[in-house]
Amino acid sequence: MPGKLKVKIVAGRHLPVMDRASDLTDAFVEVKFGNTTFKTDVCLKSLNPQWNSEWFKFEVDDEDLQDEPLQITVLDHDTYSANDAIGKVYIDIDPLLYSEAATVISGWFPIYDTIHGIRGEINVVVKVDLFNDLNRFRQSSCGVKFFCTTSIPKCYRAVIIHGFVEELVVNEDPEYQWIDRIRTPRASNEARQRLISLMSGELQRKIGLKVLEMRGNAVVGYLQCFDLEGESGLVVRAIGTACTLDKLSSPAAFLPACNSPSKEMKESPLVHPPSHGCRSTHNSPIHTATGSRLTQNFSVSVPTLIYTGMGSGSAGKEGGPFKALLRQQTQSALEQREFPFFTLTAFPPGFLVHVGGVVSARSVKLLDRIHNPDEPETRDAWWAEIRQEIKSHAKALGCHAVVGYSESTSICEEVCILSASGTAAVLNPRFLQDGTVEGCLEQRLEENLPAGCGFCHIPYDELNMPFPAHLTHCYNCRKQKVPDVLFTTIDLPVDATVIGKGCLIQARLCRLKKKAQAEANATAISNLLPFMEYEVHTQLMNKLKLKGMNALFGLRIQISVGENMLMGLASATGVYLAALPTPGGIQIAGKTPNDGSYEQHISHMQKKINDTIAKNKELYEINPPEMSEEIIGSPIPEPRQRSRLLRSQSESSDEVAELDLSHGKKDAFVLEIDDTDAMEDVHSLLTDVPPPSGFYSCNTEIMPGINNWTSEIQMFTSVRVIRLSSLNLTNQALNKNFNDLCENLLKSLYFKLRSMIPCCLCHVNFTVSLPEDELIQVTVTAVAITFDKNQALQTAKTHAEKSLQRASTDNEELLQFPLELCSDSLPSHPFPPAKEHLESASSNSGIPAAQRATSVDYSSFADRCSSWIELIKLKAQTIRRGSIKTTVTVEKASPVGEGNFRNRSSPPCANSTVGVVKMTPLSFIPGAKITKYLGIINMFFIRETTSLREEGGVSGFLHAFIAEVFAMVRAHVAALGGNAVVSYIMKQCVFMENPNKNQAQCLINVSGDAVVFVRESELEVVSTQQPTANCQPACAGGEVTT
Amino acid sequence: MTSELDIFVGNTTLIDEDVYRLWLDGYSVSDAVALRVRSGILEQTGATAAVLQSDTMDHYRTFHMLERLLHAPPKLLHQLIFQIPPSRQALLIERYYAFDEAFVREVLGKKLSKGTKKDLDDISTKTGITLKSCRRQFDNFKRVFKVVEEMRGSLVDNIQQHFLLSDRLARDYAAIVFFANNRFETGKKKLQYLSFGDFAFCAELMIQNWTLGAVGEAPTDPDSQVDDMDMDLDKEFLQDLKELKVLVADKDLLDLHKSLVCTALRGKLGVFSEMEANFKNLSRGLVNVAAKLTHTKDVRDLFVDLVEKFIEPCRSDHWPLNDVRLFLNQYSASVHSLDGFRFACSGCIT
Repeated sequence: MPGKLKVKIVAGRHLPVMDRASDLTDAFVEVKFGNTTFKTDVCLKSLNPQWNSEWFKFEVDDEDLQDEPLQITVLDHDTYSANDAIGKVYIDIDPLLYSEAATVISGWFPIYDTIHGIRGEINVVVKVDLFNDLNRFRQSSCGVKFFCTTSIPKCYRAVIIHGFVEELVVNEDPEYQWIDRIRTPRASNEARQRLISLMSGELQRKIGLKVLEMRGNAVVGYLQCFDLEGESGLVVRAIGTACTLDKLSSPAAFLPACNSPSKEMKESPLVHPPSHGCRSTHNSPIHTATGSRLTQNFSVSVPTLIYTGMGSGSAGKEGGPFKALLRQQTQSALEQREFPFFTLTAFPPGFLVHVGGVVSARSVKLLDRIHNPDEPETRDAWWAEIRQEIKSHAKALGCHAVVGYSESTSICEEVCILSASGTAAVLNPRFLQDGTVEGCLEQRLEENLPAGCGFCHIPYDELNMPFPAHLTHCYNCRKQKVPDVLFTTIDLPVDATVIGKGCLIQARLCRLKKKAQAEANATAISNLLPFMEYEVHTQLMNKLKLKGMNALFGLRIQISVGENMLMGLASATGVYLAALPTPGGIQIAGKTPNDGSYEQHISHMQKKINDTIAKNKELYEINPPEMSEEIIGSPIPEPRQRSRLLRSQSESSDEVAELDLSHGKKDAFVLEIDDTDAMEDVHSLLTDVPPPSGFYSCNTEIMPGINNWTSEIQMFTSVRVIRLSSLNLTNQALNKNFNDLCENLLKSLYFKLRSMIPCCLCHVNFTVSLPEDELIQVTVTAVAITFDKNQALQTAKTHAEKSLQRASTDNEELLQFPLELCSDSLPSHPFPPAKEHLESASSNSGIPAAQRATSVDYSSFADRCSSWIELIKLKAQTIRRGSIKTTVTVEKASPVGEGNFRNRSSPPCANSTVGVVKMTPLSFIPGAKITKYLGIINMFFIRETTSLREEGGVSGFLHAFIAEVFAMVRAHVAALGGNAVVSYIMKQCVFMENPNKNQAQCLINVSGDAVVFVRESELEVVSTQQPTANCQPACAGGEVTT
Repeated sequence: MTSELDIFVGNTTLIDEDVYRLWLDGYSVSDAVALRVRSGILEQTGATAAVLQSDTMDHYRTFHMLERLLHAPPKLLHQLIFQIPPSRQALLIERYYAFDEAFVREVLGKKLSKGTKKDLDDISTKTGITLKSCRRQFDNFKRVFKVVEEMRGSLVDNIQQHFLLSDRLARDYAAIVFFANNRFETGKKKLQYLSFGDFAFCAELMIQNWTLGAVGEAPTDPDSQVDDMDMDLDKEFLQDLKELKVLVADKDLLDLHKSLVCTALRGKLGVFSEMEANFKNLSRGLVNVAAKLTHTKDVRDLFVDLVEKFIEPCRSDHWPLNDVRLFLNQYSASVHSLDGFRFACSGCIT
């Protein structure tokens, strides 16, 4: 009995008229938690009732506290007939369960009804008294913090990044229960909302338990999804990255003062003990020791030895042996680790050593073949299988970790496509918790790798490339090999050197498929998938070249399945990385070169393409410094091949295009126009219009090349559904329709937001679904942020500074990392030749490999389709099972600073009637500092109507519903005492209509982190007020390290 | 390919002022799109007509959803569904309650009833204002009327408080409500030359001086919770006006009054001789109008009568405006020195 939940119902306002006769309402409230219900008095004849109830107290287990939502129902009292429900409010009390978050939930909540929408508001106060039981954290997962943010939250520091956590729960979908036939739509919707709320709570609690088992205290990059499987059930699943986080004391005040002490304290441990660490590494006992320890206890435990930093001392000469050793070592260690995956997309500087490329896996499943649908085992097995595949792909790229990892599903009737993707990477073991060993090597590598390009260097062995690729020496450091193109699912690392600006690049694709049943259907889909992957990839590549860029970040490929077609939509942000070679142009080759007019046509087209490339280069300010060949070193003479489809097991083989090198330009990418299809492709390449001037767009957190954000932000959701006329159902027409749909949608966005120019659409997130036979639905959520144009021009010149600057503005609390790096790199060594050899050996070019042939496993219908791997590079290093040790020393939050902040940060809007709550899909708020995370917001709503026409048709219905969802999110955040939601995401927006019956239904699932932010201008005042807070973190840190 | 559904929802609700105006003016989506195309927006932004169409639809939908809240502006401030900055909220309200001069002249003083609403078609054709816009304006008048009808205290304050209008607009509404309540006839051909502003001016003076609230002990004190209603004319006051008859009925008094006025104005009026010649007629006209005000029917015709009995004679003699003002001031001032008369005002100057 560890908790007491207290609820007080204060008042209501704007209630609907429930009694037509008097035009008034006799309202009362039922408060329900678990199986206990309390009622307020009836407040007669008022649309603005004042209940001022007593405190309703619920004594509950913390398991219930985590699972159950607080349910508040507002009803209209009726003496003669049954009381009519006005609406409900579900309050997730999870944020009250950990100490650093909110202490009270208090505010106006919209009263929501699944049929009528919002009907007035109710003022509620909720508190939780947790018994001060030290054991509490051992027995339940109360206290584990959850963050949707896919980077280390701004006012925390990662002490250890443990690794992947996942969980999945299944239940029968109330909509498909027999009772649904006799109950009202409202009852059925409410049952569903409540069930999902319960399941989310349970899921979160279970994940929390896993985190505690790993000795972590938080989940970062928490992503929870629903699969509405229909008859076979309702699945709620979640993935995340377990971490041990430490709260930074007043972040603003921290910076200036800590400079010197932190440097000192860092230098000492880094320089001295490291040499220890290194030595032991050489002898390798610790390696093995670590390995075996891991084998014994499956779950990771806190390391006894902390080899945080590593000196550079021993580095140089042993490069070769190290590497081999490391590879061995990591391999063995990773074998123990189930899935070395990280859902993070942005990392502390120094964490990410190399990036291999994108790895993905898909699998087609039949839902009606699940043996016992009510149990999670089958789905667990499915996902395990996919993750295993991802892991093996990563391994093939010489990487032992996958970062920017995500999972998704697409369901149509009984067919379900499971997808997972991520970026194969090599991580710095310094940050891994059991990375006692390789630290010194890593450290050395790091010194040698100049900041802006290290992550681009190939992680694999050049002599043993997983697929044919084209490598060159890094254009930045000129020492190591880099691929010619890099694809990743992560955000652009802050220290990456970028030339010019980035832009949103999308590949769009439709494929018709015959309507079929069950196995035949699954087979058909499985057969189509690899082709789609290949084409999506080709499109991305072409568009990237057309933009004159050489790397993609934030790549997200979505494949959706419908009754009679498959859709593929890939979005990514293209950039020009200074470390990678200049992309060649696109060469067009005709198949029948003897026809004169045809040739003319071709050359015309070629000219157009060349013009476009030149224009794009100008537009995105891509003007890399010219480098002569000698400096760079001649490219490795290796037959270049055009994108190769490749199975991770190197089942690649022949296929695809023959490259005609004679076609002039170095690195030219040849497009062969041999049929109308290809012609289409070229046309579609050229039809993508760049955004109007003053606009930029990207799907990553921040726009490469822009960093001087001003504070105006506008988050929005836009939804479009088009109906295809069944006449023109050919692949070509489909592609065109789909392409137009997306392009028009973007154009509309630019037009609507024109008043914000100059601005950038960040985190543009497209999702596509096929709700019915001939319907395509595209949902976009993004945020428009204004920036200062003049400043942008200035900074564009100094790339290096820029990245530093960005780092400092975005996450000041992480500044220790750069500092630390600086101090480390002082004793840097000349580059040892032996090592260079080795390193350059690994490489390969970034021509992605998509995997084409897929073996369809008919017996299980779990055909894993494609997995493709994009760029790769590697130096095998180490990651071990996901747990990461940061070098950063532990800091204790200064209570003084915290307290002040808390007071200070109480939302400025408390007095005004409705406080402004900002919403953004980004993890930060430009021009402001996040001072506190109040907890995760995870809400699920169903809205249904039986009077669609009266509500303004489908558009009116959905418009109102989305506005209501925003309102409810804002109200919950405000009640927690917050003034913004960061990392906001609309994970699901399932819309179904039946115009003939005048009905429609929509399900929306959103999540994000409720935070308190303070404008930077205000913050300065605070920081000057508390000079004392400054030294504390440093001192605390020092103690721990020594 | 047809667009089934097309929406855009921002965390901060986007309001396009131009589209808002078109919506208020009652244009259909397609008309609004056509008008926007003509404004050259496509060239400025490089957008396509389809984009414009979808944008306009979106804004119209938003406005449609906001309209319910605009009917009770305080609700707009407290609602949670649309996050709109306060300055924008004020703009939305102010524009929504703004009205067309041409329209208001048509309905000023008419009963705000269903019957009048039926005539809106004619008003629409006559004024060129879309029927939709006419309906909105009419409904605004009626809504404000209904809300403040039974309320105590200052009419302007009440309107401001319940509709959050600017001071100016609130005064205009006070005039409209006042006219509608007293059903003053303003539509006669003779009155056509008068603008809404003229009537509003009269209304303000009448509210200040002729109503229950005005006659009360401390009419200017807003805190006084006396039974003061700004909407109805003070019956007692009107009754008292009957006493004015003595000004024309009693020959001596008439002459005395005339001499007082003439002495004071001699040399000051350009039309002195005409005034002197017409004094009796003018005075009789004014007094008769005033004395008849106890009958509701005559109250309604107040302005018609004033124009017929006083303004037209003046006009036929080409009185300059300033002379009229001087005359009236002197006319009423002299009365005070005559007797214990209290004559509030006859503010029908134009």
